[in-house]
Amino acid sequence: TPAGNAPPTAAPPPPAATVPPPAAPLSPALSGPFPGGRVVRLHPVVLASIVDSFERRNEGAARVIGTLLGTVDKHSVEVTNCFSVPHNESEDEVAVDMEFAKNMYELHKKVSPSEIILGWYATGHDITEHSVLIHEYYSREAHNPIHLTVDTSLQNSRMSIKAYVSAPMGVPGKTMGVMFTPLTVKYVYYDTERIGVDLIMKTCFSPNRVIGLSSDLQQVGSASARIQDTLTMVLQYAEDVLSGKVAADNTVGRFLMDLINQVPKISPEDFETMLNSNINDLLMVTYLANLTQSQIALNEKLLSL
Amino acid sequence: VVLKIIKHYQEEGQGNEVVQGVLLGLVVDDRLEITNCFPFPQHTEDDADFDEVQYQMEMMRSLRHVNIDHLHVGWYQSTYYGSFVTRALLDSQFSYQHAIEESVVLIYDPIKTAQGSLSLKAYRLTPKLMEVCKEKDFSPEALKKANIAYENMFEEVPIVIKNSYLINVMLWELEKKSAVADRHELLSLASSNHLGKSLQLLMDRVDEMSQDIVKYNTYLRNVSKQQQQKHQYQQRRQQENIQRQSRGEAPLPEEDINKLFKPPQPPPRMESLLIAGQINTYCQNIKEFNAQNLGKLFMAQALQDYNN
Repeated sequence: TPAGNAPPTAAPPPPAATVPPPAAPLSPALSGPFPGGRVVRLHPVVLASIVDSFERRNEGAARVIGTLLGTVDKHSVEVTNCFSVPHNESEDEVAVDMEFAKNMYELHKKVSPSEIILGWYATGHDITEHSVLIHEYYSREAHNPIHLTVDTSLQNSRMSIKAYVSAPMGVPGKTMGVMFTPLTVKYVYYDTERIGVDLIMKTCFSPNRVIGLSSDLQQVGSASARIQDTLTMVLQYAEDVLSGKVAADNTVGRFLMDLINQVPKISPEDFETMLNSNINDLLMVTYLANLTQSQIALNEKLLSL
Repeated sequence: VVLKIIKHYQEEGQGNEVVQGVLLGLVVDDRLEITNCFPFPQHTEDDADFDEVQYQMEMMRSLRHVNIDHLHVGWYQSTYYGSFVTRALLDSQFSYQHAIEESVVLIYDPIKTAQGSLSLKAYRLTPKLMEVCKEKDFSPEALKKANIAYENMFEEVPIVIKNSYLINVMLWELEKKSAVADRHELLSLASSNHLGKSLQLLMDRVDEMSQDIVKYNTYLRNVSKQQQQKHQYQQRRQQENIQRQSRGEAPLPEEDINKLFKPPQPPPRMESLLIAGQINTYCQNIKEFNAQNLGKLFMAQALQDYNN
């Protein structure tokens, strides 16, 4: 099965019925088949929701599915939200609660009116025949829907996360099938999301997977420790290049130049004055804050006399 | 839950507006576990027929179908520079806590988070404050009886983040694939903007507080003036009675003093309590921020000395 320059995809055996082409698009049009290199930008909150709904699945269900919501851009698609949809799957048939999906989408639209249905997700390792049917349904909801798989069964000791788009294939007039072409998945974060994820990631290192929120100076300390680590890595690299262990790379060299030039050149006296005036400002504000607090405490005491 | 709250503010709540939503979870032993949440749409004028209760009910019903805990355990709100001690918050939290005893309100501070560290705090009303709110009596005497100061209005509940193993696996995956964070806001030395805004808010509150104090003082003065007037009236009455007796007439009937001099209404103290609480929160935040910045400045100084 031709798949451009991408690695071989999981092409399911063609189902009995032919897959009809999508009807008139209901959402802003994505131009037909994606040109190579189309990117899916994924927010971590989507992944967290998917894993959470997998953990809450019904007894006996092997996988969960749900709808992906987000926005479309000229060159990429940004998935910002999702919700799970109850479904039943057995050997021969699959039933998805579409009423539910519609309802949930309406409710979500009330909060974020700019999100549209982009496609659907499923946990599990492979794309099965049932996936094709579900995908066909979603083609009616969104133009050229995306299918996201999250491998919660941890094949190859990795949780692989892949995205696909479907394209019809086969011999026209005879048996037609559907091919799922992979897309690149990139993770994007808002700044605050990045900070949230960094914090949550710390549970990976604690024995019972819990962390508290740290106090002010501790945070400054850990941030400086991080920078220190990265600096050590850069220094190590420079040493290796100097001693000939690693071949020198010009791009890295240019970045290093930028790094060194970023330290501003200020005369020591100017720097001292700047530092001191800043410190004085902060001390004064702290003093005022303490004063205010004692003032209101006093006020409270006087009132209750 | 953390990620959803962050996303909600980021997408829907720019500027001064607060974003709100509902927390879902359950109570286990002595812990309140918050396992999911969903946002509330903003209030806009052209949604007059939007039924909040119905939205909530529908959401919770749907979530139940996918095995998500559908028990209400509280609500969350974003805050602007730490100004969340308002009457509205008090009322909402009171009605929540009245209905569901264990409920908390999660305050998410997006500006502090953008500076480098997640700022999420959980608060409840103290039992004393619950009593006072139930009575709806905010006069000075009632508050004095209940012995409430602005410090014991809210109690903070410590938050701990817990992840399952599968989520940890996902986080490892994420870490491998995503680029290193290239912005270390936490170590930035620029603080004047944030400090300026916080101080501005603090000054506004202090102004309100002083106005409130002036009102209370006028009330006290009125009360004492009235006492004096009552006293004078009684004295005059007595003198007249003595005169009348000496002339042999019947003494004037005793009139009910209190009907003549109605005592002035004591001003409700709840506002001033809230303002004091808010000022306290501002001061705490400012001090924390300053401590961090002082640390950073001293580090910069040490580095400079080292270089020299």
